[in-house]
Amino acid sequence: MSGKRPVRVLIAKPGLDGHDQGAKVVVRGLMEAGFEVIYTGLRQSPAAVANAALEEGVDVIGLSSMAGSHVGFCRKLKPLLDEMGLSERLWLVGGNIPAQDHETLRALGVDGIFPTSSPLSEIVAFIRERVG
Amino acid sequence: MTDRKPEVGPVVNESGIEIKPVYGAEDVERTGGTEMIGRPGDYPFTRGIHPLMYRKRPWTMRQYAGFGNPHETNKRFKYLIENGQTGLNVAFDLPTQIGLDSDDPMAEGEVGRVGMAVDSLRDFEIAFDGIDLEKITVSLTINGSAAILIAMYLAMAEKRGYDIRTLRGTAQNDILKEFVGRGTWIFPVEPSLRLVGDTIEYCAHHAPKYTPVSVCGYHIRESGANPVQEIAWAFCIARAYADEVMRRGLDIDAFAGRLSYNFNIFGSLFEQVAKFRAARGLWAKIMKEEYGARDPRSMVMRMIAGGGGGGLTKEQPELNIVRGAYYALISALSGTQTMALCSYDEAYTIPTEYSARISLRTMQLLIEEMGLADTVDPLGGSYYVETLTNEMRARMEAVIADTDAQGGIVRLISEGIVQAQVSAQAYQRQKDIESGAFRKVGVNCYRIEEEEREVAFHPYRDEDARLQIDSLDKVRRERDPAAVAESLARLRNDAEAGRNVMPALMEAVRSYATVGEMTAEMVGVFGRYREPIRF
Repeated sequence: MSGKRPVRVLIAKPGLDGHDQGAKVVVRGLMEAGFEVIYTGLRQSPAAVANAALEEGVDVIGLSSMAGSHVGFCRKLKPLLDEMGLSERLWLVGGNIPAQDHETLRALGVDGIFPTSSPLSEIVAFIRERVG
Repeated sequence: MTDRKPEVGPVVNESGIEIKPVYGAEDVERTGGTEMIGRPGDYPFTRGIHPLMYRKRPWTMRQYAGFGNPHETNKRFKYLIENGQTGLNVAFDLPTQIGLDSDDPMAEGEVGRVGMAVDSLRDFEIAFDGIDLEKITVSLTINGSAAILIAMYLAMAEKRGYDIRTLRGTAQNDILKEFVGRGTWIFPVEPSLRLVGDTIEYCAHHAPKYTPVSVCGYHIRESGANPVQEIAWAFCIARAYADEVMRRGLDIDAFAGRLSYNFNIFGSLFEQVAKFRAARGLWAKIMKEEYGARDPRSMVMRMIAGGGGGGLTKEQPELNIVRGAYYALISALSGTQTMALCSYDEAYTIPTEYSARISLRTMQLLIEEMGLADTVDPLGGSYYVETLTNEMRARMEAVIADTDAQGGIVRLISEGIVQAQVSAQAYQRQKDIESGAFRKVGVNCYRIEEEEREVAFHPYRDEDARLQIDSLDKVRRERDPAAVAESLARLRNDAEAGRNVMPALMEAVRSYATVGEMTAEMVGVFGRYREPIRF
């Protein structure tokens, strides 16, 4: 625990997917755990996510994807994070993320993958261990 | 012995009603009596909207389907029809749902992924080729771009020689719920509401058998609403559409009979059955007493009751086949007109042919083997179900009154208040699942340690997207550019002048203007919606 300022987390909805129930549940869970959470709302482009992460100075970048376009999105986001000097920020992906995609996502630099039905406590603990 | 307390703990259903261990006639009396029960086919329709219900005609079976390009989807449609499906329920990809053409940079990676890609009338001609639109009714699951896709469907049918005055079919076209859940909005709330009004008004005059709106409690429930709120807010939304149309001078009986509903079926069996019985009585009462409807057809709550995605689990996915069977049972016991089930693999992927067929067979089993089509409203008269029906109806009326007192559903949705409330409830549900207070088999009880299941995935093929873009290019090359430009200019003028945009959209789709072009004209006039972020 740094004790200086609360951990700041960006939760974004990538692409065109409109299923935001899970993202909003995670936002509430992280807020209750004491994190400062910035929620982007729907339909974020890779550039919008990277810009928001930079402007908000977040420690954690979280994407919530339910409609299957997560790998393509992360491929486009990765070079932007590198360019903006954000590649060391904790990068999380949650939602409908099949096991067969996990390796690809990790190779791109995703630190934590939280598929549907992951307990909130697991996400909170994962963040605390790494940036708390 | 009468003063002995039963030695059981309290049970409270999702709608907040405490369930007694035993019910009797006195409970029905205490909660309002039998006045609202009536006979099937008669006001207030609590027991069903037809006198003979499934004895005359079983529910329509309408599995949600569509993926890739229109050629692929046409094949799946034909497969489902060959297997006994009696209606189509069309899934569109996200670019189509939010008004983007397949070659729009924002559409990259999303073309044909969660549904069929549609850019122009040409795609509808391919998708419905060889399907008899009088025998198989088609439901379009489309909202943000619904006015365009309704025009496209009517134009396609006309081109094939059908008389649209007698053509049946449905569009979801419930934009207000998209702001609460599902999220395929395009325009701000006010012009969105106006477009729904345009479609209802146009259909009332030109396609009077077509159902231009299916108001969805379904997605509000998926977003976190309880069963009482699901119905109450759907009714508030339907009233907002009715008000919009009546403001233009249409009589309630000129369009109310063509409104329909889409509701969810997961949760406690008896609570859902009571929910639907209560809702039918309440809708009839609202239409008759509040809106002054005189035609009984305006008073009946027609519905598709199905889905249940929110009840399915990623854990032990085979259990979703069993859940699906119980959900189908709920739907049949509730007197639905149309049924669609989530397939067991929907926690992972869009359904494969195999999983879609299991869902279809599940419904067929109820009719052929289980006797669910034999008699009307088989749970009617149960002390428990009648009491619960009375209690649920009273709570729905209270939620509607409360919503009205806060300024009405349009205001509450515009300001993000309904969204914040359902998301707070969804969060509470998640905490209750994690603590074990709300039981989910395979999730917080009867768990097994297992590797994540190898579920057969419906493949996403980049090639389908490429073919779709090639086909779009071809349409753009072959159409008459002057006719397209003229029809798009008319669309913009009519949108600006506040005229009904449907005639202009009909002309535009006939000229093979694209979904993206028509949407861009309307965005130019109406602007884009901005989400209120409220927690």
